[in-house]
Amino acid sequence: MTAIRKYREMSRTQRKEWMRELIINNSLYVFLIAAVVVIQFISPNFLSGPSIVNIISLSAANLPIALGIAGAIILTGTDLSAGRIVGLVACVSASLLQASGYPAKMFPNLPTMNFLLVFLIALAIGGIIGLINGFCTAKFNLHPFIVTLSTQLIVYGGLLMYLNIGNNNGQSISGLDPSYTSFITGSFISLGSTPIPNYVWYSLVITAIMWFVWNKTTFGKNMFAVGSNQEAANVSGVNVKRVIVLVFGLAGIMYGITGFIEAARIGSNSAATGLNYELDAIAAAVIGGVSFVGGIGKIRGVILGVVLLRLIFVGLTFLSIDANMQYIIKGLIILVACAIDMRKYLVRK
Amino acid sequence: MTNEILLEMKNISKSFPGVKALDNVSLKVRRGSVHALMGENGAGKSTLMKCLFGIYSKDTGKILLDGKEVSFKNPKEALESGVAMVHQELNQALKRNVMDNIWLGRYPRSFGFVTSEKRMYKDTKKIFDELDIKVDPRTLMSKMSVADRQMVEIAKAVSYHSKIIVLDEPTSSLTEQEVEHLFSIINMLRDRGCGIIYISHKMEEILRISDDITVMRDGAHIVTEPAKNFTMDRIIKLMVGRELGARFPENDAKIGEVVLEVRGLSSRHNAVDDVSFKVRRGEIVGLAGLAGAGRTEVIENIFGISERKAGKIFLHGREVKNRNAREAIKNGFALLTEERRSTGIFGILDLRENTTVSSLRKYRGLLGLISEGKRRKDTSWAMETMRVKAPSQRTKIRALSGGNQQKVILGRWLLTEPEVLMLDEPTRGIDVGAKFEIYKLIVELAKKGKAVIMVSGELPELLGVCNRICVMSGGRLVGEVDAKNTSQEEIMRLAAENA
Repeated sequence: MTAIRKYREMSRTQRKEWMRELIINNSLYVFLIAAVVVIQFISPNFLSGPSIVNIISLSAANLPIALGIAGAIILTGTDLSAGRIVGLVACVSASLLQASGYPAKMFPNLPTMNFLLVFLIALAIGGIIGLINGFCTAKFNLHPFIVTLSTQLIVYGGLLMYLNIGNNNGQSISGLDPSYTSFITGSFISLGSTPIPNYVWYSLVITAIMWFVWNKTTFGKNMFAVGSNQEAANVSGVNVKRVIVLVFGLAGIMYGITGFIEAARIGSNSAATGLNYELDAIAAAVIGGVSFVGGIGKIRGVILGVVLLRLIFVGLTFLSIDANMQYIIKGLIILVACAIDMRKYLVRK
Repeated sequence: MTNEILLEMKNISKSFPGVKALDNVSLKVRRGSVHALMGENGAGKSTLMKCLFGIYSKDTGKILLDGKEVSFKNPKEALESGVAMVHQELNQALKRNVMDNIWLGRYPRSFGFVTSEKRMYKDTKKIFDELDIKVDPRTLMSKMSVADRQMVEIAKAVSYHSKIIVLDEPTSSLTEQEVEHLFSIINMLRDRGCGIIYISHKMEEILRISDDITVMRDGAHIVTEPAKNFTMDRIIKLMVGRELGARFPENDAKIGEVVLEVRGLSSRHNAVDDVSFKVRRGEIVGLAGLAGAGRTEVIENIFGISERKAGKIFLHGREVKNRNAREAIKNGFALLTEERRSTGIFGILDLRENTTVSSLRKYRGLLGLISEGKRRKDTSWAMETMRVKAPSQRTKIRALSGGNQQKVILGRWLLTEPEVLMLDEPTRGIDVGAKFEIYKLIVELAKKGKAVIMVSGELPELLGVCNRICVMSGGRLVGEVDAKNTSQEEIMRLAAENA
């Protein structure tokens, strides 16, 4: 009510200024709504069950990796190995969970494994590579750009070698065990007539846990402190090296989750699985206000960034825009969204 | 000195959303004079200078240089028109050498595009000789002392044939000899007909060097008069707008048993060499010495953030290792660092985060989750005890003044309940009124039974607050004096004799 009264009391120029501030401070929401309105206007089928579920599930699949990478960005770092870790975890998970009767099975003699056990293996692989990233960053004082540039090559090499063991000969891995695929892509709730896949709920749970980790734990507080001012954090008694190692370790676990979901979601996994995922994840995090300046970022922002990015990707396909042109538009949108959002943090002069 | 006006700023006003930073301020600088600009932090000195340099655009008013109206769009334009500024926080390319820094953005060229190192060297050398600066133009900036880097900045201003040179807190990190050198350069520039605008908090210096003094307060011009009309007390009164009592609070803390004992402390990578001393309960011990004497290094070493080669630390007679800051904090030590901005505050985080960062452990509850309620309570207790002035706990710390930031960091250390409080230049860059507050807080902490070690380059402050002063030189302890029965001269002699 007071806001309305305040608005009434404003002069015309003040109102204009107020509107401008409002739009700039909520630019992402404005952007999101504008995109929906424009796409819906051109293509009236856009806001229907299937495409909404499509956007939601694509966002959910990409949320864990974005949350992981956001932690690295908060430390003024980055992670180029994310996509390759997702690929490795996806292939390993898929190879361990092929249906028993499938003819081109990678390990023909492997009994049907429990997918929860494989899930733990997926977390372990992601987590260990993440810890290695963090260890090299903290111990050798290297920028994570360099560290993860190296590890993504190593992980990729390992993945290519892995795809050659057993009967596989570098083929893509499919024919997954139905218990696994139904656990991930099955559904118990539908939107209209479109089923919502289970992994959407898993992703929400992961996001909630990450919110607690970021906002309610000593580790989370320390992460923001280290990102904001590493020297001051050290003097204030924060174990800076441990924080760095753990942030990357946690990010690795997030990539592990993404890989485990991705394997079942795509169904057929090859060396190309996960390729360039880190770039989309970085873009989503940055669009969502996670800043390379360090110490700035919110879970809410990351979610918004992921959804906005997916919405645009799906929207562009919906508008049947030429695939080559799509790249150009995506690039421009990321640039513009970040530039507008950055204005919030600038000190006005 | 003449009465000819070189620079005139007329009725300058500047508003930021919610604040009127400058209200109709005028300033006249005569040719061949040193004009001191004084005022507390937030009085509008920097804003006025930023309007001059085009860093801020002024709302109203006029700027006349040599009688012609000017309006610079950016510092580069100002520089090219003969208006230069030497900032308090030097903005230099540290990985480049001296002459690169001086000619940055206008390298002398041969054949139209090749930079001529030879000419750069010759021109730099010439300016350095004129100003009696003994620095090789090919030295890397990062290898030089702050004092030398400041001289380079002044030389740069001279190289632009500047008519107006603004010096912002130029002496805050200089030793006495370096200050003398700076003053001789200032006098030389004055004799050449430059107008110098001198911003400083140090009254003794201002009264010595300046011809005119302008005092500002709360964004308004208060007075401009010849320097000979002023006394220190009058300036302070004009600056704070009220009568200021004693400069230092009375220290009547009861001194008890020995809390901290340091024996034979030596560091591996810097100057600290065989330092031993004791600090008692309720006692404030000062560490004095010239820049580079190893004062900061001693307390950093005790705190465990630089590597120890030899020596032992005892707390209540029990040996403590303090291998890193975490261990030191657990053992009851606290360190307020010298460089507030780079090692003290978390600029983009809010006050609650800044206050509780060192004691997060205390707020862990169920499942290790942090209890926000307890954190809010402790933060408001710390802010109250330290008398922090801020809109809320959610304010970002970088929005506060230096004095308030310092109080927040002191509050942070109170929450860790330390027994030994080590303060490195606790009042650097803080204005007069806030300084007294900080002194009072330090004395109160001593009264509560803390053992306090205070490092400072400002001798009057050590004499006013400490019980005992240890003098350092070349990494060694060279003397110890009772603060009540000594003088600045005695301490300076101790510090310099053994250098």
